[in-house]
Amino acid sequence: MTASIEIVLFVFLLVIAAMVVRLRNLLAAAMLTGLFSLLSAGLFTVLDAVDVAFTEAAVGAGFSTVLILGTLALTDTEARRKRPRMLPLLVVIGTGATLVFGTFDMPHFGDPGAIIHQRVVPEYIAGTERDIGIPNIVTAVLASYRGYDTLGETTVIFTAGIGVLMLLARGGRQRLRRRIGRATRARRPGS
Amino acid sequence: MTPSDRPARMREKVIVRVVAKALIPFILLFALYVQLHGDYGPGGGFQAGVIFAAGLILYGLVFGLRVLVRVAPMNVIEVLMATGVMIYGGVGVASIFLGGNFLDYNALDSQHPEHGQHLGIFLVEAGVGITVTATLLAIFYAVAGRRKR
Repeated sequence: MTASIEIVLFVFLLVIAAMVVRLRNLLAAAMLTGLFSLLSAGLFTVLDAVDVAFTEAAVGAGFSTVLILGTLALTDTEARRKRPRMLPLLVVIGTGATLVFGTFDMPHFGDPGAIIHQRVVPEYIAGTERDIGIPNIVTAVLASYRGYDTLGETTVIFTAGIGVLMLLARGGRQRLRRRIGRATRARRPGS
Repeated sequence: MTPSDRPARMREKVIVRVVAKALIPFILLFALYVQLHGDYGPGGGFQAGVIFAAGLILYGLVFGLRVLVRVAPMNVIEVLMATGVMIYGGVGVASIFLGGNFLDYNALDSQHPEHGQHLGIFLVEAGVGITVTATLLAIFYAVAGRRKR
């Protein structure tokens, strides 16, 4: 049952990816990338990775699409037709083949004999109930066992925000505020 | 046309306006649920922060950047971006002062280490949620506030 759902989702993902590559209308391509993320979220749900699915649906389908649309509004929504070039295609195929080759060494999905399931995972599963006392093991791992990592991730997000502000809001925040004000006042009849 | 011009026209579309107005409270409420229920269900500070920011961004897209800036002013957002990381790091420093290691929540409550864990996770997730919401809004402002040259 789940296998058939996975196959359907993967086929849709392939179709959407091919359409995104072929489409000249970037607005439609942006919407399709959002759809791609939503389908990936469905796939993660089938694989029981609900937290990842949550993030993918919110960030990939929601926020990134808004950002892409905002960028398209500043540029063109139609891609110019270019002659297809061989070198980038070969690089992409080579990278993809290397990645697929790399997966052959990985343990199979859900394999109980995989190394990770021998050491830390049983410890976390037993320890979450015993030491932390909350039912959600993912939260226990993220916030408590791997608290350093999550602190690092939060700092990365903070740094990314600062970087974007430095790049896009050049001239200080007064200028950004003025620009937001000017942009919102523009072309609004009757106010 | 800039993205900030579009909302002015989006607001005149009655279906978009009504649907957005009906959905936004539930989106924000769901974000709070994901944030506070992270110990029991899927999700946590990061997901909650993204959903909360998405609700506010939807508000900004439909009703205009100017209205959103009034709800979440840029200077408040800038402070909140750093506040979340400060809360997270502060929990770590507090647990050092209470006699544990950095980010060792057991030290937060010497009688009941489990309560310390609950408190630590709650505060840390709150910090993550605040930083994520503020950062996403700041990035949205920076992109949507630009005009076509």
